[in-house]
Amino acid sequence: MKFGFSEEQVLLQDNVNRYLRDNVPLDRVRTFADGGTDTDIWQGLADMGIPALLIPEDQGGIGLDALDAAIVAESLGYHVTPTPFLGSTVMAPTALCLSGGDHSELLEALATGNKRVGIAFGEAIARRNSASVTVTNTTLTGTSLFAFDADADFYLVADPNKHLFLVDTNAKGLQRRHLTTVDKTRRTVELSYDAVAAQCISEDPSVFEATLDIGRVILAADTLGAAQNMLDQAVAYAKQREQFGRPIASFQAVKHMCAEMAASLEPCRSMVWYAAHALANLPQEARLTACHTKAHLAEVGKFVAKTSTEVHGGMGFTDLLGLHYWFKRCGSNRQWLGAPELVREEAAALQGLT
Amino acid sequence: MDLEFGPEYEDFRQEVKDFLRKHGEKSPGSAALRSNKTISWQKLLIENGYTARTIPQEYGGYGAQPDLIQSRIIAEEFANSRINPGLGGQGISMLVPTLLELGTQAQKAQFIRPTIEGEMVWCQGYSEPGAGSDLASLTTSAVLDGDNWVVNGQKIWTSTAQLADWIFCLVRTEPDAPKHRGISFLLFDMKTPGIEIRPLVDMTLAANFNETFFTDVRVPKHQIVGQRGEGWQVANAILGHERDSLGNPNITLARLNTLIDLMKTETVNGEPLIDNPIYRDRLMKIQGRVMAMRFNELRVLSSQLNKDQDPGIARMIVKLQGTELRHDLEGLGIDIMGEVGLCYGDNPHTRTGGSWQTQYMFFLGLIIGGGTSQIQKNIISERGLDMPREPKVIKKGGQ
Repeated sequence: MKFGFSEEQVLLQDNVNRYLRDNVPLDRVRTFADGGTDTDIWQGLADMGIPALLIPEDQGGIGLDALDAAIVAESLGYHVTPTPFLGSTVMAPTALCLSGGDHSELLEALATGNKRVGIAFGEAIARRNSASVTVTNTTLTGTSLFAFDADADFYLVADPNKHLFLVDTNAKGLQRRHLTTVDKTRRTVELSYDAVAAQCISEDPSVFEATLDIGRVILAADTLGAAQNMLDQAVAYAKQREQFGRPIASFQAVKHMCAEMAASLEPCRSMVWYAAHALANLPQEARLTACHTKAHLAEVGKFVAKTSTEVHGGMGFTDLLGLHYWFKRCGSNRQWLGAPELVREEAAALQGLT
Repeated sequence: MDLEFGPEYEDFRQEVKDFLRKHGEKSPGSAALRSNKTISWQKLLIENGYTARTIPQEYGGYGAQPDLIQSRIIAEEFANSRINPGLGGQGISMLVPTLLELGTQAQKAQFIRPTIEGEMVWCQGYSEPGAGSDLASLTTSAVLDGDNWVVNGQKIWTSTAQLADWIFCLVRTEPDAPKHRGISFLLFDMKTPGIEIRPLVDMTLAANFNETFFTDVRVPKHQIVGQRGEGWQVANAILGHERDSLGNPNITLARLNTLIDLMKTETVNGEPLIDNPIYRDRLMKIQGRVMAMRFNELRVLSSQLNKDQDPGIARMIVKLQGTELRHDLEGLGIDIMGEVGLCYGDNPHTRTGGSWQTQYMFFLGLIIGGGTSQIQKNIISERGLDMPREPKVIKKGGQ
């Protein structure tokens, strides 16, 4: 029995961390936030094989599983990295591989990082106001809100029946509008469909669900990394900042805030590992664990984001320090793919409690 | 990642299940100390290796090699079946491991067997009115007079002192040494002249705690564990054992399942409580936290089995998080029942034996006892996060 990483996984984690530390400092994130691209970052990760992570070997991929993806996601969150990882590396390959269809051409392009697939799932999770997608044969009409990855070549669209469609970004009748959000480390778009021709990927709700589950666990892993970084920054800042003639890290009020962050975050690490492991290996637990992991990390991430900012005092509130990039990353991870109350309701439904 | 324990352990799990199915009805619901039912259940458990499992046979134990997975399987199966897993208490959970590690041959031979069999009940004399979180400032003194220590002072929070046969007690034997180096660890009979016990009723209205007074209590010189002045190290060797046992996620899981059952059967305005979306959301929140702590415990176990795996601060946070979680869980059991949740003791409307209120208060006690949540946060920040200690206050008038 070993509940932890293999040597290869430790190596993967070290390599990704080293790459991000050297190539994606906060200043690089700021250039993306100011309207720059993430192309060079994605290329660097592609050189390491990251986009191929979940794609089977016979389709040009590496054939690893959700735990490996969670390891990468934690590092991406730690460095608030702008990437199309969640859609292009995690969710789209999962859906395409489970669909039963032949998508080898697209999978090979995803594996090299040459193509990007965005995700437009909101209307199958929690439709907001008038947004919805209607499908006639394989023609889409309506709107998907908050699709992520603004630079995708294709979008994987879910309709309210949990059917999945692939839409080419250049398809006739598709409009893509940037939606400014608080999280500047990612870009979201609104997709409007005016009789857009789409390719049906799957009408089996379980394909949608498995894709959603892995997306949620990966978002939770991203929060784990982002929150860990906020804790690390809080501790480092408290040790260096002096008031009343001593480091504020020696005041119990400050120490206890840090201890509370650490104590609530540490079990999240095991939870993300377990949930990711369950996706591939424990099918009877996978869905429930994914829901709880998404919701629990959302709560802990929110707590850590607030508390870390407070430990930094006035500096935490400034753009100069840039702590807010992590704060907002935790914030958008919380809302994406199901806000915590809704996901917990799904967890209850999975146990027959609704 | 490998969560399988292997086929030999699945066989072992089956053995435990079979035992519980066959003998479970003999178990006492709650462990009334010294009752015949409790003691015969305890002996049956030892005989089968389900408690005192790794204690050598020469001292009355089952004598198995330590095997964390087997211990875990036993804990899981007893918790799942909600069958009494045998006696705990400070003698068994704290003193016995200490004696095994630091006791003399004679002490092991004299004390371990009757203690694990439930025939000899212990209490712990650590805290004093002036020495709580700052335990090392304790002042109960022991002065050597010929072949005896003469003990004077007062202890507080001595659980089960009124029932205990013996006490393990921290006393100051070297008044001139620095506070951590002046303490010794003594064992003595509670029937020794000079001991007075006054019950201390707690908020559950039970008198489990006591104040214990010592006036010229004469303790034979050899009844010391470790050397003179080493009592602090001896005590710390076992505080770790206590903290581990305080937040058992298997028991928390069993309790959560009891709560879910309650929410399905109890109604408000004709609807089962589980159909109320607010109650349900609170339940799901707690279920998520229970899950996180169970997986945290898997990681702690794994780091004990795989020496190359760093547990980080996973173990350090268990007491803090586990006790707060149980308190919240029990509190939800009260809230969902409204006024019915207030029922306590003999009342026809009491649910689950009144345990929601009892446990809600009991776990508040555990949040405070065994190192308060605030002390835990000091430990996590200082040892886990490497933050500096609070500077020492310099007393007025020098020193």
